[in-house]
Amino acid sequence: MKKKNYIDRCAYYIMTAPGAILIFLFGYLPMFGIILAFKDFKPARGFFGSPWCGLDNFKAFFSSPDIGYLTRNTVLYNLAFIILGTVIAVVFAILMNELRSKTKVKFYQTIAMMPHFLSWVIVAYLVYAFLGNTYGIVNRSVLPALGIEPIKWYSEPKYWPYILFFVRTWKTVGYSSVIYFAAIAGINPEYYEAAIVDGANRFQLAVKVTLPLLRSIICIQLIMAMGGIFNSDLGLFYNVPMNQGALYPTTNVLTTYIYRNVTKIGYSTAAGLYSSVIGFLMVLLTNFFIRRYDPDSSLF
Amino acid sequence: MLKQNVMKKRKSRDVLASSTPENIVLNIFFILLTIVFLYPVLVVFGVSFTSSSALTEYGYAMIPKEFSLEAYKLAVQSGDIVRAYINTIGATVIGTFLGVSIMLLYAYPLSRKNFKHRKFYSFYAYFTTIFGGGMVPWYIICTQLLHINNTFWALFLPSLVSVWNIIVLRTFITTNIPDELLEAARIDGCGEFRIFVSMVIPLSKAGTATIALFTALAFWNDYYLPMMLITDPKYYNLQYYLQLIFLNIEALTKNTNLSAANAQAMKIPAETTRFAMCVLTMGPILFVYPFFQKYFVKGLTIGSVKG
Repeated sequence: MKKKNYIDRCAYYIMTAPGAILIFLFGYLPMFGIILAFKDFKPARGFFGSPWCGLDNFKAFFSSPDIGYLTRNTVLYNLAFIILGTVIAVVFAILMNELRSKTKVKFYQTIAMMPHFLSWVIVAYLVYAFLGNTYGIVNRSVLPALGIEPIKWYSEPKYWPYILFFVRTWKTVGYSSVIYFAAIAGINPEYYEAAIVDGANRFQLAVKVTLPLLRSIICIQLIMAMGGIFNSDLGLFYNVPMNQGALYPTTNVLTTYIYRNVTKIGYSTAAGLYSSVIGFLMVLLTNFFIRRYDPDSSLF
Repeated sequence: MLKQNVMKKRKSRDVLASSTPENIVLNIFFILLTIVFLYPVLVVFGVSFTSSSALTEYGYAMIPKEFSLEAYKLAVQSGDIVRAYINTIGATVIGTFLGVSIMLLYAYPLSRKNFKHRKFYSFYAYFTTIFGGGMVPWYIICTQLLHINNTFWALFLPSLVSVWNIIVLRTFITTNIPDELLEAARIDGCGEFRIFVSMVIPLSKAGTATIALFTALAFWNDYYLPMMLITDPKYYNLQYYLQLIFLNIEALTKNTNLSAANAQAMKIPAETTRFAMCVLTMGPILFVYPFFQKYFVKGLTIGSVKG
């Protein structure tokens, strides 16, 4: 009886133990691994045996010619994704809410969410089916019909910012609009009725009633997205451009750069730390501003 | 009579509904979008059923000019895809079962007010989502300390726990299982583990099902773990196998002198076969997706509640 009581008292700690251990192994231990950034890692001498090298890895990374364009690509892409992506998702949700038939809403929503369930590898194949040099639909059917010469898409960096933005929006818009759609459906219709009595038109309803009521949920999504601003999607930036060297100027971001330099352990750890720290500061900063401006919407 | 009823209904619709012309324009807009979402997927299906000769002549197309199942025959014959299928199914089943069990066990105490350290445990999990050591230290831990590279473990162990899923589960349990209910069971002499097995698990079935779907999908679609941790073809899963083939297409098509024998040696399947493999990989997802879509929507809306 006594033993049972003891086990019962520890029950919560026993239950959380497996999860806590996994989070420790794959979430916290790598944080200690950051010391690799200050070491000249030699595989033969291992984690502890490798000699210290001070800030050499950071000096090498910050003085390399790559850091400028990598940071620019990473920040610009993710800002575009966060800002334009959110605007498109909210507009998508508002338009969907205007549809009369609920069955149609469900049908459109099901189709729009479908790309979210395909992996980036599959999406890369879909893109290739359109842009492939020899058999791709664009080069074979679309451009000849318009009288334009075929374009070697996978060796022309200038088109890729638009391609990547389009592909990313195609894959995520349906899914990310679900949250906003659910929030709009939860708005009390009396707000709209009151606004109509006051003479508001449909556009004003969307801008002056729906948007302010969505503010809190948009803010939370924004903070979460800001934390990932230096954490680009490897699948999008690595698979979709087929890892083509010619496209690096516009498709290489910090995540792909670190992956491609993974054999230079100390150097890529330093690059990774740079992106983790700025990402972390971005979360704190966004949260700070949101808390000042709208305390109810902040995350912590 | 019926018509009159319909008319009445329409008149009594609330003033919020769009006018008919607006509704038609919106519907046209969404039908166009539906085509944009579906067309690429249909093209891949189409190419996979096209004969090689028609492909060389006409390029990729949604409707095969010459129908053929040869690509699928070749895909299955090579054997690689069968092994990749087995690895993917194994990792998905084991990973989902273990992952969901561990996450439910972690989420339940976080939802109880009588758990003294629940704030600490929440923060402990949450912090890893806003700061991390990065890809390389993670890689070193997996390969130098845990030695899971080139083992079956590498396909699921590092992604078993998703903090986001724990938060969703915790929110779900908090709102669906009141403390009073469990207190009654305690007074009746029920132990904590008995409560978990015979009350918490059945009462959180809906939330758990949603999370199980999310987890299974993530394992099925995962290419990242093998990309980082697997070099032995024995452990390739579907997505990674597909990725390797894909990234080698360009190398193959650029080098026009490459002979058929070379292509064979590089084990790069013919154009249509690659698309057949693509269909075999996304097929199961697309097939079950419409049945489970509402659970995904539910999970997403639970998760967006601030916790």
